[in-house]
Amino acid sequence: MLRTERLTRTFGGLAAVSNLDLNLRQGELVGLIGPNGAGKTTVFNLLTGVYHPSSGDIIFENESLVGHKPFQITAKGLARTFQNIRLFESLSVLENVKIALHWHSRYSLFSALFRLKGFYAGEEKMTAEALRLLELFNLDHKKDELAKNLPYGEQRRLEIVRAIAAKPKILLLDEPAAGMNPQETQDLMALIQKVRKLFNLTILLIEHDMSLVMGICERIYVLDYGKVIAQGTPAEIKNNKRVIEAYLGEEA
Amino acid sequence: METFIAQLLNGLSLGSIYALIALGYTMVYGIIQLINFAHGEVLMIGAYAGYFAVTILKLNFFAALLFAMVVSALFGMIIERIAYKPLRRSTRLAVLITAIGVSLFLQNGGLQVFGTDYISFPQAIPRVTYKFLDGNVTITSHQILILLVTIAMMLILQYIVQKTKIGKAMRAVSYDKDAALLMGIDVDSVISVTFALGSALAAVAGVLLGMYYQTIHPLMGVMPGLKAFVAAVLGGIGIIPGAMAGGFLLGIIEALVSGYWSTTFRDVVVFGLLILILIVKPVGLLGKDTREKV
Amino acid sequence: MKRNNILVGILLLALYLIVELGIRTGIIEPFQQVNLFLMGINIILAVSLNLIVGFTGQLALGHAGFMAVGAYVSAVLTLKLGQPYLLAIFAGAFAALIMGIIIGLPTLRLKGDYLAIATLGFGEIIRGIIVNIDYIGGAAGINGIPKYTNWTWLYLFTLFTIFAVKNFVNSTHGRACIAIRDNEIAAETMGINTTYYKVLAFSLGAFFAGIAGALYAHYFFLIQPVTFSMQKSFDALVMVVFGGLGSITGSILAAIAVTFLNAALINLGALRMVIYAMLLVIIMVFRPQGLLGTKEFTFRTLLRLKERGTANAKD
Repeated sequence: MLRTERLTRTFGGLAAVSNLDLNLRQGELVGLIGPNGAGKTTVFNLLTGVYHPSSGDIIFENESLVGHKPFQITAKGLARTFQNIRLFESLSVLENVKIALHWHSRYSLFSALFRLKGFYAGEEKMTAEALRLLELFNLDHKKDELAKNLPYGEQRRLEIVRAIAAKPKILLLDEPAAGMNPQETQDLMALIQKVRKLFNLTILLIEHDMSLVMGICERIYVLDYGKVIAQGTPAEIKNNKRVIEAYLGEEA
Repeated sequence: METFIAQLLNGLSLGSIYALIALGYTMVYGIIQLINFAHGEVLMIGAYAGYFAVTILKLNFFAALLFAMVVSALFGMIIERIAYKPLRRSTRLAVLITAIGVSLFLQNGGLQVFGTDYISFPQAIPRVTYKFLDGNVTITSHQILILLVTIAMMLILQYIVQKTKIGKAMRAVSYDKDAALLMGIDVDSVISVTFALGSALAAVAGVLLGMYYQTIHPLMGVMPGLKAFVAAVLGGIGIIPGAMAGGFLLGIIEALVSGYWSTTFRDVVVFGLLILILIVKPVGLLGKDTREKV
Repeated sequence: MKRNNILVGILLLALYLIVELGIRTGIIEPFQQVNLFLMGINIILAVSLNLIVGFTGQLALGHAGFMAVGAYVSAVLTLKLGQPYLLAIFAGAFAALIMGIIIGLPTLRLKGDYLAIATLGFGEIIRGIIVNIDYIGGAAGINGIPKYTNWTWLYLFTLFTIFAVKNFVNSTHGRACIAIRDNEIAAETMGINTTYYKVLAFSLGAFFAGIAGALYAHYFFLIQPVTFSMQKSFDALVMVVFGGLGSITGSILAAIAVTFLNAALINLGALRMVIYAMLLVIIMVFRPQGLLGTKEFTFRTLLRLKERGTANAKD
């Protein structure tokens, strides 16, 4: 469904990602792990068009994504969350979700300027859809609060709702459990499983929390210095010598 | 051919002034990514300081130049401390608006204090006109002085940035502020020094402009300031050699447009050039590509 | 909701009639009339610039340039080509809009800092070009433009601007602009075509500045390149910042206040701008979102203030 071919990105001579071959099949939940600075977030930035690759290709549903702008890639069906939360702070929770609905549900500029029927119908439709999603994530009671006033955990959840509102086929989650306590992480895992089934999603997930990665991912890629050093099922990864050296060893 | 050489000489002297101003923009931008809109006004203050040093303190040209540099450097540092430093963590928009506020404050404060009249700038050295190529090409002693002073300043700046400890610290801060802080560099004082250096160069530019046009005015810094910014962008903002090259290039282009076309189109061409660079090569002639960290 | 709209409608109509009556009976004197017209034009400038700077977060400093385009195009149409005023206003506005697209496309792709200088430069290009066209009077400008702008025109177009901008920012398109201001990278990865929306906000703002220019030209009947200097752009910015970056009512109130202040401080000369500039810096240092911030001043806030007032009185 999504694959990268020898994907490379260098910054001033330093390869943040080099010759990366990823492959995501329809419906999979895949983990991307690695020590800090291994290039994981750079991979997300390349996939979503925030960075352009220095070389290599990204193929999504038999079409190259390279050269497309981020909003075009989102429209094709890739949506993401951010490691450092990037909500629209001055907008309400509801409006944050409505932004992501914009691409698929927008009405004409003319009807907006002159408050024609299209405006009212369009807003109503967007509000209903956004509320439905917020309900699902148990955030509907906070719909009118400003995003910046939400507690941390709920901000993380809102990021996921917002990404799903963009109607992706593939969801990219960048450290969704960062800063969460074990209980919150447990809830998050359940939530990820739920939305995956509900929206028929393929998910690629960056995470440091091993319990989460090992718990829900079907396959894992391990990145170090921009290169894949191992891939396989959680069980295989746990016993891989290079991985233990490069990464798990740190914590042992 | 004669017109070309004559305009080239004109362009070189005007361009060297732009280069001096552009250096200040580019150094400040390199360190705190701020367009210091008040830079043109620091130049104006330098010009007035030079004026008072000659007329009231009866200093000679070089002493007056030094005096102007000190006054402007202090001004630059004070502006940074009062207006920009409290906003170190604010949005870019807030900082830019502040910079505009400071610029407007100094412009209008200048009009209030110095009056709205043009005053004639004292002649530091006798104006001698040298003719060559059958008298078709002339160069004045002032133009020669402007060029010599500019080159001297650039050499001094290069020395400071490349060879001294503070220069190394400046380069470190512009490369990565946080890492520099971790390495024990006092980032705040490096920023102060950067403002001081840039402002001192602006003062030199102010005094030279006074000589070039033979008058000074509280709004004299506005246009050269804007154009020097164009020069900095042309060369690649944040890059010191870029500012120098951009300044000279812009001065020459301006002179050629004036000479071959019309002086009224000069500004149109300069700002048109800015927009052209922004379309074709936004990082400037000597720039490299960077992107916001996500 | 509906009843509120009717109430607002009645109030706006009443305001129109009261001023119209005041002008006809001479209670509002000519000097006050001039300030009234400047107020309307300032409101249009501030609200439209707020769309660009406040709501979309793009620091544009060429508003005077767009105003010049509107003024000159409309003046040529009425004075030289004998076209009707309404057509001239919209032609001026659309000319400014097209200029907005031309200048916005290359510059808005870049980070905000360049935009500030590029738009400043653009304002100067416009002026430089006008100076060089003899047909429109060069540096001397155009004189004897018919004085078509009356209170009715001014009032209608001021309201038109306010409501159009209000409707825009409260729609999905306006939200897209606010999202860009809040976090550009998140906006573009959420499916917002950021370049499109930046250019849209920019050229819409230019459109209304063009209207302001047309109204100005047909009230003061003389326009010159110097009328539309950088200073005019800065004036508009001052109003936007004072009122609040992202508050339409804030811009309106600030435009009214600044017009009054300008009239009152007319004898201070440069000192007036010194004070404004100082306020600009102080506001940015202590309250970077501007006085009202993104809040709107509504009847409800008035009521709430009153409640708070009575609650405090009880204490």
